[in-house]
Amino acid sequence: MFCEIFTDTVIEHFMCPRNAGSMTDADSEGSSGDPDCGDSLTIYLKVKDNVIEDISFMVFGCVAAVATSSMTTELAKGKTLEDASKVTDQDIVDALGGLPENKLHCSVLGESALKQAIQNYYAKKA
Amino acid sequence: MMKKVYADNAATTRLCKPALDAMLPYLTNEYGNPSALHALGRYAKKAVEDARETTARSIGARPEELYFTSGGTEADNWAIQGAAELGKNTGRHILSTKIEHHAVLHPLRRLEKQGYEVTYLDVDPLGQIDLNALEKAIRDDTFLITVMAANNEIGTILPIAEIGHLAKEKGILFHTDAVQAIGHLPIDVEAMDIDLLSLAGHKFGGPKGVGALYIRQGIRLPSYIQGGGQERDLRSGTENVAGIVGLAAALATSVTNMKINTDKVSFLRNRLIEGLLEIPGSRLTGDPVQRLPGNASFIFEGAEGESMIMMLDLNGICASSGSACSSNSHESSHILRAIGIPQPLAHSSLRLSLNEENTIEDIDTILEKLPLILTRLRAISPVWGGYGRTFGT
Repeated sequence: MFCEIFTDTVIEHFMCPRNAGSMTDADSEGSSGDPDCGDSLTIYLKVKDNVIEDISFMVFGCVAAVATSSMTTELAKGKTLEDASKVTDQDIVDALGGLPENKLHCSVLGESALKQAIQNYYAKKA
Repeated sequence: MMKKVYADNAATTRLCKPALDAMLPYLTNEYGNPSALHALGRYAKKAVEDARETTARSIGARPEELYFTSGGTEADNWAIQGAAELGKNTGRHILSTKIEHHAVLHPLRRLEKQGYEVTYLDVDPLGQIDLNALEKAIRDDTFLITVMAANNEIGTILPIAEIGHLAKEKGILFHTDAVQAIGHLPIDVEAMDIDLLSLAGHKFGGPKGVGALYIRQGIRLPSYIQGGGQERDLRSGTENVAGIVGLAAALATSVTNMKINTDKVSFLRNRLIEGLLEIPGSRLTGDPVQRLPGNASFIFEGAEGESMIMMLDLNGICASSGSACSSNSHESSHILRAIGIPQPLAHSSLRLSLNEENTIEDIDTILEKLPLILTRLRAISPVWGGYGRTFGT
Protein backbone atom coordinates (compact mmCIF):
# COMPACT_ATOMS: atom_id res chain seq x y z
CA MET A 1 0.00 0.00 0.00
CA PHE A 2 2.75 2.45 0.92
CA CYS A 3 4.61 1.99 -2.34
CA GLU A 4 1.55 3.27 -4.17
CA ILE A 5 1.33 6.48 -2.17
CA PHE A 6 5.04 7.31 -1.79
CA THR A 7 7.67 7.89 -4.47
CA ASP A 8 10.59 5.49 -4.79
CA THR A 9 12.84 8.23 -3.42
CA VAL A 10 10.73 8.53 -0.27
CA ILE A 11 10.78 4.77 0.27
CA GLU A 12 14.49 4.61 -0.34
CA HIS A 13 15.27 7.41 2.13
CA PHE A 14 12.94 5.78 4.65
CA MET A 15 14.60 2.39 4.36
CA CYS A 16 18.16 3.75 4.06
CA PRO A 17 18.23 7.14 5.72
CA ARG A 18 21.35 9.23 5.04
CA ASN A 19 23.29 10.80 7.90
CA ALA A 20 21.19 9.08 10.55
CA GLY A 21 22.45 8.97 14.11
CA SER A 22 23.41 11.37 16.86
CA MET A 23 26.64 13.40 16.97
CA THR A 24 28.51 13.62 20.24
CA ASP A 25 30.84 16.45 19.15
CA ALA A 26 28.28 18.59 17.32
CA ASP A 27 28.82 22.34 17.16
CA SER A 28 25.11 22.88 17.27
CA GLU A 29 21.79 21.11 17.27
CA GLY A 30 18.21 22.06 16.55
CA SER A 31 14.91 20.31 17.16
CA SER A 32 11.38 20.54 15.93
CA GLY A 33 8.16 18.66 16.44
CA ASP A 34 7.00 17.13 19.66
CA PRO A 35 7.27 13.44 20.49
CA ASP A 36 3.93 13.71 22.30
CA CYS A 37 2.35 14.64 18.98
CA GLY A 38 3.94 11.72 17.17
CA ASP A 39 6.95 13.32 15.50
CA SER A 40 10.20 14.75 16.71
CA LEU A 41 13.40 15.59 14.83
CA THR A 42 16.81 16.69 16.05
CA ILE A 43 19.48 17.82 13.58
CA TYR A 44 23.16 18.00 14.56
CA LEU A 45 25.71 20.24 12.78
CA LYS A 46 29.48 20.20 12.54
CA VAL A 47 30.56 23.53 11.07
CA LYS A 48 33.94 24.58 9.67
CA ASP A 49 34.60 27.96 8.04
CA ASN A 50 30.89 28.65 7.91
CA VAL A 51 30.28 25.47 5.93
CA ILE A 52 28.23 22.50 7.18
CA GLU A 53 30.97 19.92 7.17
CA ASP A 54 28.94 17.18 8.78
CA ILE A 55 25.30 16.77 9.64
CA SER A 56 23.19 14.05 11.24
CA PHE A 57 19.73 13.53 12.63
CA MET A 58 17.59 11.51 15.01
CA VAL A 59 13.90 11.16 14.28
CA PHE A 60 10.75 9.68 15.80
CA GLY A 61 7.99 9.83 13.25
CA CYS A 62 6.15 8.41 10.31
CA VAL A 63 7.53 7.31 6.94
CA ALA A 64 7.40 10.83 5.50
CA ALA A 65 9.05 12.29 8.61
CA VAL A 66 11.99 9.87 8.33
CA ALA A 67 12.40 10.50 4.60
CA THR A 68 12.20 14.30 4.88
CA SER A 69 14.72 14.27 7.75
CA SER A 70 17.13 12.26 5.65
CA MET A 71 16.63 14.48 2.59
CA THR A 72 17.01 17.67 4.64
CA THR A 73 20.45 16.60 5.78
CA GLU A 74 21.42 15.68 2.22
CA LEU A 75 20.36 19.11 0.97
CA ALA A 76 22.21 20.97 3.71
CA LYS A 77 25.44 18.97 3.76
CA GLY A 78 28.40 20.88 2.31
CA LYS A 79 26.47 24.12 2.02
CA THR A 80 27.40 27.39 3.71
CA LEU A 81 25.22 28.20 6.69
CA GLU A 82 23.68 31.02 4.69
CA ASP A 83 22.75 28.76 1.77
CA ALA A 84 21.55 25.98 4.08
CA SER A 85 19.23 28.36 5.89
CA LYS A 86 17.53 29.02 2.56
CA VAL A 87 16.44 25.39 2.19
CA THR A 88 12.64 25.37 2.24
CA ASP A 89 10.10 22.66 2.90
CA GLN A 90 9.21 22.85 -0.80
CA ASP A 91 12.85 22.11 -1.74
CA ILE A 92 12.70 19.04 0.47
CA VAL A 93 9.40 17.85 -1.02
CA ASP A 94 10.71 18.43 -4.55
CA ALA A 95 13.91 16.51 -3.84
CA LEU A 96 11.79 13.59 -2.64
CA GLY A 97 9.78 13.69 -5.85
CA GLY A 98 6.69 14.84 -3.96
CA LEU A 99 4.74 13.77 -0.89
CA PRO A 100 1.06 12.88 -0.54
CA GLU A 101 -1.09 15.90 0.34
CA ASN A 102 -1.72 14.78 3.91
CA LYS A 103 2.01 14.27 4.52
CA LEU A 104 3.22 17.66 3.28
CA HIS A 105 3.35 18.95 6.84
CA CYS A 106 6.15 16.47 7.59
CA SER A 107 8.54 18.42 5.35
CA VAL A 108 8.12 21.47 7.59
CA LEU A 109 9.73 19.40 10.35
CA GLY A 110 12.98 19.20 8.35
CA GLU A 111 13.12 22.85 7.45
CA SER A 112 12.44 24.09 10.96
CA ALA A 113 14.90 21.75 12.70
CA LEU A 114 17.63 22.77 10.24
CA LYS A 115 16.90 26.50 10.71
CA GLN A 116 16.87 26.00 14.47
CA ALA A 117 20.26 24.27 14.39
CA ILE A 118 21.76 27.10 12.29
CA GLN A 119 20.27 29.76 14.57
CA ASN A 120 21.62 27.97 17.62
CA TYR A 121 25.04 27.88 16.00
CA TYR A 122 25.02 31.65 15.44
CA ALA A 123 23.71 32.23 18.95
CA LYS A 124 26.50 30.12 20.42
CA LYS A 125 29.14 31.96 18.43
CA ALA A 126 27.86 35.40 19.24
CA MET B 1 7.40 -13.13 -4.57
CA MET B 2 7.62 -13.65 -0.85
CA LYS B 3 4.66 -15.14 0.94
CA LYS B 4 2.60 -12.48 2.65
CA VAL B 5 1.98 -12.82 6.35
CA TYR B 6 -1.46 -11.38 6.98
CA ALA B 7 -1.79 -10.29 10.60
CA ASP B 8 -4.54 -7.70 10.24
CA ASN B 9 -7.62 -9.88 10.67
CA ALA B 10 -9.26 -7.42 13.06
CA ALA B 11 -9.38 -4.98 10.13
CA THR B 12 -10.80 -7.53 7.75
CA THR B 13 -10.49 -11.19 6.85
CA ARG B 14 -10.09 -13.17 3.66
CA LEU B 15 -13.40 -14.44 2.31
CA CYS B 16 -13.64 -18.08 3.42
CA LYS B 17 -14.27 -20.86 0.91
CA PRO B 18 -17.76 -21.81 2.18
CA ALA B 19 -18.82 -18.15 1.87
CA LEU B 20 -17.46 -17.83 -1.66
CA ASP B 21 -19.12 -21.09 -2.74
CA ALA B 22 -22.42 -20.00 -1.24
CA MET B 23 -22.22 -16.58 -2.90
CA LEU B 24 -21.21 -17.53 -6.44
CA PRO B 25 -24.67 -18.57 -7.68
CA TYR B 26 -26.07 -15.19 -6.59
CA LEU B 27 -23.32 -13.34 -8.43
CA THR B 28 -24.03 -15.28 -11.60
CA ASN B 29 -27.22 -17.09 -12.56
CA GLU B 30 -29.42 -16.43 -9.53
CA TYR B 31 -29.65 -12.70 -9.90
CA GLY B 32 -33.31 -12.22 -9.06
CA ASN B 33 -34.61 -9.40 -6.89
CA PRO B 34 -36.03 -10.96 -3.70
CA SER B 35 -39.06 -8.67 -4.00
CA ALA B 36 -39.94 -10.02 -7.47
CA LEU B 37 -42.78 -12.50 -7.74
CA HIS B 38 -41.26 -14.72 -10.44
CA ALA B 39 -39.13 -17.80 -9.90
CA LEU B 40 -35.77 -15.99 -9.91
CA GLY B 41 -37.09 -13.55 -7.34
CA ARG B 42 -38.56 -16.28 -5.14
CA TYR B 43 -35.30 -18.20 -5.23
CA ALA B 44 -33.36 -15.12 -4.11
CA LYS B 45 -35.93 -14.44 -1.41
CA LYS B 46 -35.56 -17.96 -0.08
CA ALA B 47 -31.79 -17.57 -0.01
CA VAL B 48 -32.07 -14.38 2.05
CA GLU B 49 -34.56 -15.94 4.47
CA ASP B 50 -32.44 -19.07 4.90
CA ALA B 51 -29.45 -16.85 5.60
CA ARG B 52 -31.48 -14.88 8.14
CA GLU B 53 -32.42 -18.10 9.91
CA THR B 54 -28.79 -19.31 9.98
CA THR B 55 -27.44 -15.98 11.19
CA ALA B 56 -30.11 -15.53 13.84
CA ARG B 57 -29.62 -19.06 15.22
CA SER B 58 -25.87 -18.43 15.46
CA ILE B 59 -26.46 -15.73 18.06
CA GLY B 60 -29.42 -17.31 19.84
CA ALA B 61 -31.98 -15.07 18.13
CA ARG B 62 -35.09 -15.70 16.06
CA PRO B 63 -34.97 -14.94 12.35
CA GLU B 64 -37.61 -12.23 12.62
CA GLU B 65 -35.32 -10.35 15.02
CA LEU B 66 -32.49 -10.02 12.52
CA TYR B 67 -32.17 -7.20 9.97
CA PHE B 68 -29.45 -7.12 7.33
CA THR B 69 -27.54 -3.87 6.84
CA SER B 70 -24.62 -2.59 4.79
CA GLY B 71 -22.23 -3.44 7.61
CA GLY B 72 -21.31 -2.94 11.25
CA THR B 73 -21.19 0.85 11.04
CA GLU B 74 -24.75 1.08 9.72
CA ALA B 75 -25.95 -1.34 12.38
CA ASP B 76 -24.31 0.77 15.13
CA ASN B 77 -25.67 4.03 13.73
CA TRP B 78 -29.14 2.59 13.38
CA ALA B 79 -29.16 1.09 16.88
CA ILE B 80 -28.08 4.31 18.55
CA GLN B 81 -30.10 6.80 16.53
CA GLY B 82 -33.11 4.51 16.63
CA ALA B 83 -32.87 3.98 20.38
CA ALA B 84 -32.58 7.74 20.89
CA GLU B 85 -35.70 8.31 18.82
CA LEU B 86 -37.47 5.61 20.78
CA GLY B 87 -36.33 6.96 24.14
CA LYS B 88 -36.75 10.67 23.56
CA ASN B 89 -39.99 10.93 25.52
CA THR B 90 -38.88 8.90 28.49
CA GLY B 91 -35.23 9.79 28.91
CA ARG B 92 -32.28 11.78 27.77
CA HIS B 93 -29.27 9.95 29.21
CA ILE B 94 -27.08 7.29 27.57
CA LEU B 95 -24.30 5.24 29.17
CA SER B 96 -21.31 4.12 27.15
CA THR B 97 -17.53 3.72 27.48
CA LYS B 98 -14.43 5.59 26.39
CA ILE B 99 -13.23 2.72 24.22
CA GLU B 100 -16.13 2.29 21.80
CA HIS B 101 -15.58 2.23 18.05
CA HIS B 102 -16.09 5.49 16.16
CA ALA B 103 -19.23 3.96 14.63
CA VAL B 104 -20.71 4.22 18.13
CA LEU B 105 -18.90 7.31 19.45
CA HIS B 106 -19.71 9.59 16.55
CA PRO B 107 -23.48 8.97 16.58
CA LEU B 108 -23.35 9.52 20.36
CA ARG B 109 -21.58 12.86 19.87
CA ARG B 110 -24.26 13.89 17.42
CA LEU B 111 -26.93 13.01 19.96
CA GLU B 112 -25.14 15.16 22.55
CA LYS B 113 -25.44 18.10 20.16
CA GLN B 114 -29.15 17.39 19.98
CA GLY B 115 -29.49 17.68 23.75
CA TYR B 116 -28.98 14.10 24.91
CA GLU B 117 -26.48 13.48 27.68
CA VAL B 118 -23.90 10.72 27.42
CA THR B 119 -21.68 9.32 30.16
CA TYR B 120 -18.53 7.70 28.78
CA LEU B 121 -17.33 5.30 31.46
CA ASP B 122 -13.62 5.12 32.24
CA VAL B 123 -11.79 1.86 31.76
CA ASP B 124 -8.92 0.45 33.79
CA PRO B 125 -5.41 -0.10 32.33
CA LEU B 126 -6.57 -3.44 30.89
CA GLY B 127 -9.53 -1.82 29.16
CA GLN B 128 -12.14 -3.18 31.59
CA ILE B 129 -15.07 -1.19 32.89
CA ASP B 130 -16.07 -1.22 36.54
CA LEU B 131 -19.55 -2.74 36.81
CA ASN B 132 -20.18 -0.90 40.09
CA ALA B 133 -19.31 2.39 38.41
CA LEU B 134 -21.67 1.47 35.59
CA GLU B 135 -24.49 0.78 38.00
CA LYS B 136 -23.83 4.01 39.88
CA ALA B 137 -23.86 6.00 36.65
CA ILE B 138 -27.39 4.87 35.82
CA ARG B 139 -29.86 7.72 36.22
CA ASP B 140 -33.63 7.84 36.27
CA ASP B 141 -33.57 9.17 32.73
CA THR B 142 -31.04 6.64 31.36
CA PHE B 143 -32.71 4.88 28.43
CA LEU B 144 -29.76 3.23 26.67
CA ILE B 145 -26.54 1.45 27.59
CA THR B 146 -24.18 0.79 24.70
CA VAL B 147 -21.00 -1.17 25.44
CA MET B 148 -18.91 -3.12 22.95
CA ALA B 149 -18.49 -6.89 23.33
CA ALA B 150 -14.77 -6.82 22.59
CA ASN B 151 -12.38 -4.03 21.72
CA ASN B 152 -11.01 -3.77 18.20
CA GLU B 153 -7.58 -2.40 19.11
CA ILE B 154 -6.56 -4.03 22.37
CA GLY B 155 -8.76 -7.13 22.23
CA THR B 156 -10.25 -6.78 25.71
CA ILE B 157 -13.50 -8.71 26.17
CA LEU B 158 -16.09 -6.77 28.16
CA PRO B 159 -18.61 -8.35 30.56
CA ILE B 160 -21.65 -7.86 28.34
CA ALA B 161 -23.72 -10.60 29.99
CA GLU B 162 -23.46 -8.85 33.37
CA ILE B 163 -24.29 -5.51 31.73
CA GLY B 164 -27.22 -7.12 29.94
CA HIS B 165 -28.66 -8.55 33.16
CA LEU B 166 -28.27 -5.19 34.91
CA ALA B 167 -29.88 -3.29 32.04
CA LYS B 168 -32.80 -5.71 32.00
CA GLU B 169 -33.26 -5.36 35.75
CA LYS B 170 -33.33 -1.56 35.42
CA GLY B 171 -35.54 -1.59 32.34
CA ILE B 172 -32.91 0.08 30.13
CA LEU B 173 -32.22 -0.83 26.51
CA PHE B 174 -28.86 -2.56 26.00
CA HIS B 175 -26.98 -2.36 22.72
CA THR B 176 -23.66 -4.05 22.07
CA ASP B 177 -21.30 -3.50 19.17
CA ALA B 178 -20.25 -7.13 18.75
CA VAL B 179 -18.42 -6.63 15.46
CA GLN B 180 -15.12 -7.99 16.80
CA ALA B 181 -16.72 -10.74 18.88
CA ILE B 182 -19.18 -12.44 16.54
CA GLY B 183 -17.76 -15.61 15.02
CA HIS B 184 -14.92 -15.62 17.56
CA LEU B 185 -16.68 -15.73 20.93
CA PRO B 186 -19.89 -17.49 21.93
CA ILE B 187 -22.65 -14.86 21.93
CA ASP B 188 -26.23 -15.61 22.92
CA VAL B 189 -28.60 -12.65 22.91
CA GLU B 190 -31.10 -14.46 25.12
CA ALA B 191 -28.69 -15.67 27.77
CA MET B 192 -26.87 -12.32 27.78
CA ASP B 193 -30.04 -10.17 27.82
CA ILE B 194 -28.94 -8.19 24.77
CA ASP B 195 -31.61 -5.97 23.18
CA LEU B 196 -29.68 -4.68 20.17
CA LEU B 197 -26.55 -6.19 18.65
CA SER B 198 -24.42 -5.10 15.68
CA LEU B 199 -22.34 -7.46 13.58
CA ALA B 200 -20.30 -7.26 10.37
CA GLY B 201 -19.70 -10.07 7.88
CA HIS B 202 -16.10 -9.39 6.94
CA LYS B 203 -14.65 -9.89 10.42
CA PHE B 204 -15.25 -13.66 10.36
CA GLY B 205 -14.57 -14.69 6.78
CA GLY B 206 -17.68 -13.17 5.20
CA PRO B 207 -17.78 -10.48 2.53
CA LYS B 208 -17.43 -6.73 3.09
CA GLY B 209 -20.46 -4.47 2.71
CA VAL B 210 -22.89 -6.59 4.70
CA GLY B 211 -23.77 -6.74 8.37
CA ALA B 212 -26.80 -7.08 10.57
CA LEU B 213 -28.63 -5.56 13.48
CA TYR B 214 -30.39 -7.81 15.95
CA ILE B 215 -33.46 -6.10 17.40
CA ARG B 216 -35.15 -7.94 20.24
CA GLN B 217 -38.77 -8.71 19.48
CA GLY B 218 -41.05 -6.07 20.96
CA ILE B 219 -38.58 -3.21 20.61
CA ARG B 220 -40.14 -0.90 18.06
CA LEU B 221 -36.99 0.63 16.66
CA PRO B 222 -37.86 3.15 13.93
CA SER B 223 -36.86 2.44 10.35
CA TYR B 224 -33.40 3.52 9.26
CA ILE B 225 -33.65 3.74 5.50
CA GLN B 226 -37.03 4.42 3.92
CA GLY B 227 -38.12 3.12 0.57
CA GLY B 228 -39.47 -0.11 -0.80
CA GLY B 229 -40.11 -1.68 2.57
CA GLN B 230 -37.51 -4.44 2.60
CA GLU B 231 -36.36 -5.95 5.92
CA ARG B 232 -39.84 -5.84 7.40
CA ASP B 233 -40.17 -2.20 6.42
CA LEU B 234 -37.30 -1.11 8.69
CA ARG B 235 -34.37 -1.06 6.31
CA SER B 236 -35.34 -0.47 2.73
CA GLY B 237 -33.17 -1.13 -0.30
CA THR B 238 -32.82 -4.18 -2.51
CA GLU B 239 -31.09 -6.86 -0.49
CA ASN B 240 -27.41 -7.59 -1.00
CA VAL B 241 -28.33 -11.21 -1.71
CA ALA B 242 -24.86 -12.61 -2.36
CA GLY B 243 -23.45 -10.67 0.60
CA ILE B 244 -26.17 -11.87 2.95
CA VAL B 245 -25.74 -15.48 1.83
CA GLY B 246 -21.97 -15.16 2.25
CA LEU B 247 -22.29 -13.67 5.73
CA ALA B 248 -24.51 -16.52 6.85
CA ALA B 249 -22.24 -19.20 5.39
CA ALA B 250 -19.16 -17.65 7.01
CA LEU B 251 -20.87 -17.29 10.37
CA ALA B 252 -22.16 -20.86 10.32
CA THR B 253 -18.62 -22.06 9.54
CA SER B 254 -17.10 -19.90 12.29
CA VAL B 255 -19.61 -21.05 14.89
CA THR B 256 -19.18 -24.73 13.95
CA ASN B 257 -15.40 -24.43 14.20
CA MET B 258 -15.25 -21.97 17.08
CA LYS B 259 -13.72 -24.29 19.65
CA ILE B 260 -10.99 -25.65 17.40
CA ASN B 261 -10.26 -22.22 15.91
CA THR B 262 -10.05 -20.60 19.34
CA ASP B 263 -7.59 -23.26 20.52
CA LYS B 264 -5.41 -22.88 17.44
CA VAL B 265 -5.51 -19.10 17.23
CA SER B 266 -4.85 -18.54 20.93
CA PHE B 267 -1.93 -20.94 20.76
CA LEU B 268 -0.41 -18.94 17.89
CA ARG B 269 -1.30 -15.66 19.57
CA ASN B 270 0.34 -16.70 22.87
CA ARG B 271 3.50 -17.79 21.08
CA LEU B 272 3.60 -14.40 19.36
CA ILE B 273 3.00 -12.45 22.57
CA GLU B 274 5.58 -14.42 24.53
CA GLY B 275 8.16 -13.94 21.80
CA LEU B 276 7.58 -10.23 21.35
CA LEU B 277 7.50 -9.44 25.06
CA GLU B 278 11.11 -10.60 25.23
CA ILE B 279 12.04 -7.46 23.29
CA PRO B 280 13.18 -4.72 25.69
CA GLY B 281 10.81 -1.76 25.88
CA SER B 282 7.77 -3.76 24.80
CA ARG B 283 4.48 -4.14 26.57
CA LEU B 284 1.17 -5.81 25.87
CA THR B 285 -1.92 -3.63 25.69
CA GLY B 286 -5.34 -4.93 26.72
CA ASP B 287 -6.45 -7.66 29.07
CA PRO B 288 -4.06 -10.65 29.04
CA VAL B 289 -6.84 -13.08 30.04
CA GLN B 290 -10.20 -11.66 28.91
CA ARG B 291 -8.89 -11.24 25.39
CA LEU B 292 -10.00 -11.98 21.82
CA PRO B 293 -8.21 -15.14 20.67
CA GLY B 294 -6.56 -13.42 17.71
CA ASN B 295 -5.50 -10.12 19.23
CA ALA B 296 -1.86 -9.34 19.99
CA SER B 297 -1.41 -5.61 20.55
CA PHE B 298 1.66 -3.86 21.88
CA ILE B 299 3.54 -0.71 22.61
CA PHE B 300 7.14 -0.73 21.38
CA GLU B 301 8.87 2.23 22.98
CA GLY B 302 10.90 4.46 20.71
CA ALA B 303 9.44 3.19 17.42
CA GLU B 304 6.66 5.10 15.67
CA GLY B 305 3.59 3.16 14.56
CA GLU B 306 3.39 4.04 10.90
CA SER B 307 7.12 3.45 10.41
CA MET B 308 6.77 0.00 11.97
CA ILE B 309 3.85 -0.80 9.65
CA MET B 310 5.85 0.34 6.62
CA MET B 311 8.92 -1.71 7.46
CA LEU B 312 6.77 -4.74 8.22
CA ASP B 313 4.97 -4.22 4.92
CA LEU B 314 8.27 -4.12 3.03
CA ASN B 315 9.01 -7.43 4.74
CA GLY B 316 5.70 -8.89 3.56
CA ILE B 317 3.89 -8.59 6.89
CA CYS B 318 0.51 -6.84 7.14
CA ALA B 319 -0.22 -5.26 10.53
CA SER B 320 -1.81 -2.09 11.85
CA SER B 321 -1.28 0.65 14.40
CA GLY B 322 -3.44 2.96 16.47
CA SER B 323 -1.19 5.81 15.46
CA ALA B 324 -2.11 7.78 12.38
CA CYS B 325 -0.11 10.64 10.97
CA SER B 326 -2.17 12.82 8.69
CA SER B 327 -2.48 16.47 7.84
CA ASN B 328 -2.19 18.78 10.81
CA SER B 329 -2.99 16.22 13.42
CA HIS B 330 -1.17 13.25 14.80
CA GLU B 331 -4.16 11.54 16.27
CA SER B 332 -3.26 8.90 18.76
CA SER B 333 -5.92 6.33 19.47
CA HIS B 334 -8.66 7.29 21.93
CA ILE B 335 -8.56 3.71 23.16
CA LEU B 336 -4.87 3.86 24.11
CA ARG B 337 -5.49 7.19 25.82
CA ALA B 338 -8.40 5.67 27.74
CA ILE B 339 -6.23 2.85 29.11
CA GLY B 340 -3.71 5.43 30.29
CA ILE B 341 -0.93 5.01 27.74
CA PRO B 342 1.00 8.29 27.98
CA GLN B 343 2.27 10.27 25.00
CA PRO B 344 4.47 9.64 23.09
CA LEU B 345 4.01 5.91 23.76
CA ALA B 346 0.54 6.01 22.23
CA HIS B 347 2.26 6.68 18.90
CA SER B 348 4.25 3.48 19.30
CA SER B 349 1.41 0.97 19.11
CA LEU B 350 1.28 -2.09 16.91
CA ARG B 351 -1.62 -4.51 16.48
CA LEU B 352 -1.12 -7.98 15.07
CA SER B 353 -4.44 -9.76 14.66
CA LEU B 354 -4.56 -13.42 13.76
CA ASN B 355 -7.19 -15.89 12.68
CA GLU B 356 -7.42 -19.57 11.81
CA GLU B 357 -5.68 -19.03 8.47
CA ASN B 358 -2.41 -18.06 10.15
CA THR B 359 0.31 -20.64 10.59
CA ILE B 360 3.17 -21.20 12.97
CA GLU B 361 5.49 -20.14 10.14
CA ASP B 362 3.70 -16.77 10.08
CA ILE B 363 4.41 -16.31 13.77
CA ASP B 364 8.04 -17.28 13.39
CA THR B 365 8.44 -14.85 10.49
CA ILE B 366 7.07 -12.00 12.61
CA LEU B 367 9.28 -13.04 15.54
CA GLU B 368 12.29 -13.00 13.22
CA LYS B 369 11.60 -9.71 11.40
CA LEU B 370 10.03 -7.42 13.98
CA PRO B 371 13.00 -7.26 16.41
CA LEU B 372 15.28 -6.24 13.52
CA ILE B 373 12.81 -3.55 12.48
CA LEU B 374 12.63 -2.20 16.02
CA THR B 375 16.40 -2.11 16.27
CA ARG B 376 16.59 -0.06 13.08
CA LEU B 377 13.89 2.43 14.08
CA ARG B 378 15.18 2.79 17.62
CA ALA B 379 18.70 3.41 16.39
CA ILE B 380 17.57 6.72 14.90
CA SER B 381 14.96 7.55 17.51
CA PRO B 382 15.50 10.56 19.79
CA VAL B 383 12.96 9.14 22.22
CA TRP B 384 14.68 5.80 22.65
CA GLY B 385 17.48 5.99 25.15
CA GLY B 386 18.75 2.54 25.74
CA TYR B 387 20.26 0.95 22.70
CA GLY B 388 22.59 1.45 19.75
CA ARG B 389 22.52 4.89 18.28
CA THR B 390 24.35 4.51 15.03
CA PHE B 391 22.17 3.46 12.20
CA GLY B 392 23.15 0.51 10.05
CA THR B 393 25.94 -0.82 12.21
